[in-house]
Amino acid sequence: MDETSIGWWGVPLAIFAGAIRISTPFLFVSLGEMVTEKSGRINLGLEGTLIMGAMSGYGIAYLTGSPWLGVLVAGLVGIAFGMLHAGICSLPKVNDIAVGIALMLLGTGLAFYLGKPLVQPQAPNLPSINFGWWSDLQQVQSALKINALFIIGVVLAPVFLWALRNTRWGLILRIVGDSSDAARAMGYSPLAVRLAATAFGGFMAGVGGSFLSLYYPGSWNEGLSSGQGITAVALVIFARWNPMNCLWASLLFGGASALGPALQSVGVTQGYYLFNAAPYVLTLLILVLSSSSHRHIAGAPGELSVTR
Amino acid sequence: MNSDLVLRFGAGAKIFAVSLFAIVLSLIVFGIFVALSGVNPLDVYDLMYMGAFGSWFSWQNTLLRSAPLLLTALCTALPAQMGMVIIGGEGAFVLGGLAAAAAGLLLSDMNAPALIVQGVMVIAGMCAGGAIIASAGALRHWRGVNETISSLLLSYICIAVLNQMVEGPMRDPTSLNKPSTRALPDWAMLGNIPGMDIHVGLIFGLLFCIVAYVLMFHTTFGFAARMVGGNVRAARMAGLPVGRLILVVTFLGGAAAGLGGMIEVAAVQGRANATIASGYGLTGILVAFLARQNPLIVIPVAILLGGIDASGGLLQRRLDMPDASVVVLQGIIFVILLASESVQGHLNILGWLPRIKPRTSAVAAAKGAE
Repeated sequence: MDETSIGWWGVPLAIFAGAIRISTPFLFVSLGEMVTEKSGRINLGLEGTLIMGAMSGYGIAYLTGSPWLGVLVAGLVGIAFGMLHAGICSLPKVNDIAVGIALMLLGTGLAFYLGKPLVQPQAPNLPSINFGWWSDLQQVQSALKINALFIIGVVLAPVFLWALRNTRWGLILRIVGDSSDAARAMGYSPLAVRLAATAFGGFMAGVGGSFLSLYYPGSWNEGLSSGQGITAVALVIFARWNPMNCLWASLLFGGASALGPALQSVGVTQGYYLFNAAPYVLTLLILVLSSSSHRHIAGAPGELSVTR
Repeated sequence: MNSDLVLRFGAGAKIFAVSLFAIVLSLIVFGIFVALSGVNPLDVYDLMYMGAFGSWFSWQNTLLRSAPLLLTALCTALPAQMGMVIIGGEGAFVLGGLAAAAAGLLLSDMNAPALIVQGVMVIAGMCAGGAIIASAGALRHWRGVNETISSLLLSYICIAVLNQMVEGPMRDPTSLNKPSTRALPDWAMLGNIPGMDIHVGLIFGLLFCIVAYVLMFHTTFGFAARMVGGNVRAARMAGLPVGRLILVVTFLGGAAAGLGGMIEVAAVQGRANATIASGYGLTGILVAFLARQNPLIVIPVAILLGGIDASGGLLQRRLDMPDASVVVLQGIIFVILLASESVQGHLNILGWLPRIKPRTSAVAAAKGAE
C-alpha cells in the first residue's frame, strides 16, 4: 500500500481528506436545517430527504449523463419533501417531530423502492478540483482533491451568516422563529415563512444527499446513508444556529467519521465498528454538554419545540 | 357513570373511525403509486390480504411478525404517556438481543437448567434495552437533552456495538459469510405455543401490552406518570417524584423493546448477528402512533402492521416488487395518519353519537357516586 510509505503521517492526512469528503453532506443538511429551525420548526425528516436526494440525483445523472443536473433534481425533490413537511405541519394540532419521523420512513421507503434499478449502473460523478498539484506524493494529491460542492458549501456559510444578520429576509426569518405573534402583528404569515424555510432546508438536504451518491462514496445503494441526516439536525443545535459554526461542526464530524477508515489504512483494525459510531457518540456528548434543564440554550429560536 | 362510558366509547369510536379512514386513504394512495409503477393495485391488495390473513399459515406468519412489534411499539408508547417522543426502539431491541445472547451462551456453557438460562436471558435483554432508553430519559430530565434525537443517536451507537461484538470478541470463527455469535443450544431456545407454529414470544408481547395498559391507566403510578406528561410543573407542585417516574417509565419502554430483541435471538435466530437490526424498532414507532400511544390498542395495530410486513415477501415473489414496497406503504400510512389528526374533532363523522363535554360527565359521575 502507498499509505504505508509515509507511515503514520497517513493518519492525519486521511482524517483531513476524510473530514472534507464526509463533512460535505453534513454541511449542506445542517445549513438548510439551520434555516428551517430559525423559522421555529424542526424537520427530522431530512434523513429521508437525504436518501431521496441521493437516489434521484443518481438516477438523473445516470439518465442524462450530467451530474450537475442530478444535483439540481435532488434539490427539487428535497423542496417537494420540505413542502410536504411544512404543509402537514401547518394543519392544526400536528406535531412537527412526529411528521419528521413519518417522512423519514416515507423517504427511505420511496428511495429504496424507486432506486432498486439503480444499484447496478454507474452514473458519472461530480468533478473535483485538484489543489495538490504542487506535491509529488500521491497521498497528498488525492487528499487535496477537493470536490466542488464542498467549496460551494464553504462559501455559502458566511453568506448565510451575513444574510441572516443584514437582510430583510433574514430579519423576517428570525422574527417568525422567535415569536410568531410578533410576526403576525407585523403582517407576516408565520406559516408561509416556515413553508419557505422548510422547503429551502429540503433543497439543501437533497443536494447533500446527491453528494453521497455522486461523489463520495459515489454510488447508489441502500446502505448509503446511516443517520447523516439526523446527525446534522442535532449538529445545528450544537452549532447554536450559527452558519459558521455549522461549517466547523461539520468538519469536526467529518473528521470523527474518518477516524475508523484512517486507522484501518495504517493497519489498526481493532474496534473498526466502534470508530464508526464516533460521530454519534460525539453528537451525543456535545448535546449533553451544551444543553441544560434549567434554561434555554443560548441563541435558540423561541418557537422551536425541540429546545422547550 | 353511564354517560361517562358513553363519552369514552364515543371518543374511542371517533379515534377508530379517523384511523380507519387514514388507513383506507393510505391504501388508495399506495394503490395509485403502484399503478404508476406499472403494477395492478387490485393484484397487490389481493396478494396482501392473502399473505397477511388469507390462511392459517399466513395468520401464523403475521402473528410471528407482530410479536416483536408489540414490544417495540411499547418503547414509544410508554414514554409517550409522559409526553416524550422516543424513537430508539431499534437500539434497545438490538442491545437486548445482544445481551440475551451473551447471557444465554455464558449460562448454557455452564449447563444451567433451561428455565434458568431463559429467565436470565429475559432479564439481561430487558435490562440492556431498559438502560438505553432510561438513559435517554435521564438525559432529558437532568440535562434537558431532546429525547427524540438522543434516543436515535443511542440507537445508532447500539447497532455499532452489536456489529463490533459479532465481528470481534463474540464472533463464532465458523460463521464466515455472516459474522455471528455462537448458536444457542437447542434446549435453551424458546419453544412454540402448544398446537401452533408460533413461539411463546407472542404471549410475552401480549402480556406486556396488557400489563402496561393496566399500569398506565388503572394504577396511581400510571396516573402520576400521565400527570407528568400533562403538565410537569403541576406534577412537581403536587410533589410527584418527576425524575424517578421518567426513569421508571422509560426503563419499562426500553425493557419491552429489549425483550423483543431477546425473543428474536432466543426464538427466531438462535444467535446474535446483524440481521436482528432489521427494522422492527422503526415499524414499532408507527404502531405506537397509529395506536395513539395506547398499549391496549397496540395489540390490533401490531397485528395489522405485522400482516403488512408478512405480505411483503409474497409481493416480492409474485409481482417482483421491491422489498421496500412495505416501507412505502408504512410511510404513507404514517404521513396520512398525522395529517388526519387535525381533522379529528372538526369533522363530526359520527354525528349520531351524543356529544357530552367532559366536565358535565365528571359532574354526572360525581352525582352518581353520591
